[in-house]
Amino acid sequence: MTDLWSWDRAFQAVPVLLEGFQITLLATALGMVVAAILGLAIAISRRSQFRIIRWPVGAMNEFIRQTPLVVQLVFAYYLFTSISPLQIGITVIGIHYATYMSEVYRAGIDGVAPGQWEATRALSMGPVRTWRAVILPQAIRSTLPALGNYAVSMFKETPFLFAISVVEMVTAAQQFGAQHFQYIEAITLAGLIFLIASYPTSLLIRKLETRLAY
Amino acid sequence: MPTKSAARTTAVPEPPRIQFEGVVKKFGLNTVLDGLDFSVARGDRVTLIGPSGSGKTTILRLLMTLEEANGGLISIDGEPFTHERKGKRLVAASEKYKRRMRTKIGMVFQQFNLFPNMTVRENITEAPQHVLGQSKDVANMRATELLAQVGLEGKADAHPSQLSGGQQQRVAIARALAMEPKILLLDEVTSSLDPEIVAEVLAILRDIALSTDITMLIVTHEMQFARDVSNRVLMFDGGRIVEEDEPEAIFTNPREKRTQDFLKAVL
Repeated sequence: MTDLWSWDRAFQAVPVLLEGFQITLLATALGMVVAAILGLAIAISRRSQFRIIRWPVGAMNEFIRQTPLVVQLVFAYYLFTSISPLQIGITVIGIHYATYMSEVYRAGIDGVAPGQWEATRALSMGPVRTWRAVILPQAIRSTLPALGNYAVSMFKETPFLFAISVVEMVTAAQQFGAQHFQYIEAITLAGLIFLIASYPTSLLIRKLETRLAY
Repeated sequence: MPTKSAARTTAVPEPPRIQFEGVVKKFGLNTVLDGLDFSVARGDRVTLIGPSGSGKTTILRLLMTLEEANGGLISIDGEPFTHERKGKRLVAASEKYKRRMRTKIGMVFQQFNLFPNMTVRENITEAPQHVLGQSKDVANMRATELLAQVGLEGKADAHPSQLSGGQQQRVAIARALAMEPKILLLDEVTSSLDPEIVAEVLAILRDIALSTDITMLIVTHEMQFARDVSNRVLMFDGGRIVEEDEPEAIFTNPREKRTQDFLKAVL
């Protein structure tokens, strides 16, 4: 019978895991950028006065939210064979989360007092300045905590990238386990690294929440 | 034939600053304005009085294009406001046209509606810079002047949340004036202020009224203010003008029973 835990193997696993962790971080950070920007674009176009914009964006949004992330990853992976798996992964995760983010932005935008819109009209402000100088600064302020929460949950969903052969931390842990016929050390450490990275982030978000409360 | 010179030859006296012709406004089944006609000459300061729900605020909101009329024509300086001329025909105004016409009009709201994410100075300079295209220096200088005029010299860098209601409303007045409007709409500007602060805001508005030739359209429950500042008072009820006269006449000697009852209730 093999022993359940060997410190030797654990120490050997650390550099491998940290290498995978870099991919995890990269995917989260870039995915978050895609999600934050695209989510805003979705939220704004869903308020468009033109049905030709509103309707398809709404339908796409609904479709993406009602299908699993893994299915979308694998689908895109086989559809775009010329693009690297990591790029596909970042884009798909980004788009997937953009649909959730768009709801957060929407709530934030709806939360801006009607009087603010009226004041921009009374000052003859155009749509670009209205959004950039008045509506978005107020809307985003109230959405920051929710956006942070999505960042943490996106971070924890990056292991799905294994489905399209991207070696992020959890896949790296599994590969390490397969080589050494023992998985416990690597997968435990991977879990710990997730905890160490996301716990301070969620604390930060909670702090932000109390600071932003009026 | 350009329409401008045509207008000049046909209309010898200058066109009224504001003109409502047969304006209809409905909210669902409720008809708030029912074929309203009235006009305001340049430099006139007109107070609208009447019971709530009589359509006074709706008139201001129609002018500010916060609401759209269901019928009729609104003109500013003889130019249709909600419609634009395409050759000889009148078509519904484009958003761009409306925005250009709107720059002639400023509005001060009951709830101030300052931008909470900007400082007092930014609130005042935002539109002059980005709508009128003023340089930052020019806009800042004007903001400083206006803040002095409303008695808030030291508050340029404060945020609205740090100011009292009366101070916020004074910033809102400065912000509206910074756009150099030809028409200023005042929508119950003192209704959400503490009684002891009302006087300071009204004093500033009185100053502006008496020192400029801005056309003013005022909705207020402050009858003394209406008396001091306006040169015409329109009494509204049920979306129609019941009576109109100079303030002195209407307040001391109203002709219509409806006006008498209303004034008895509020004075």
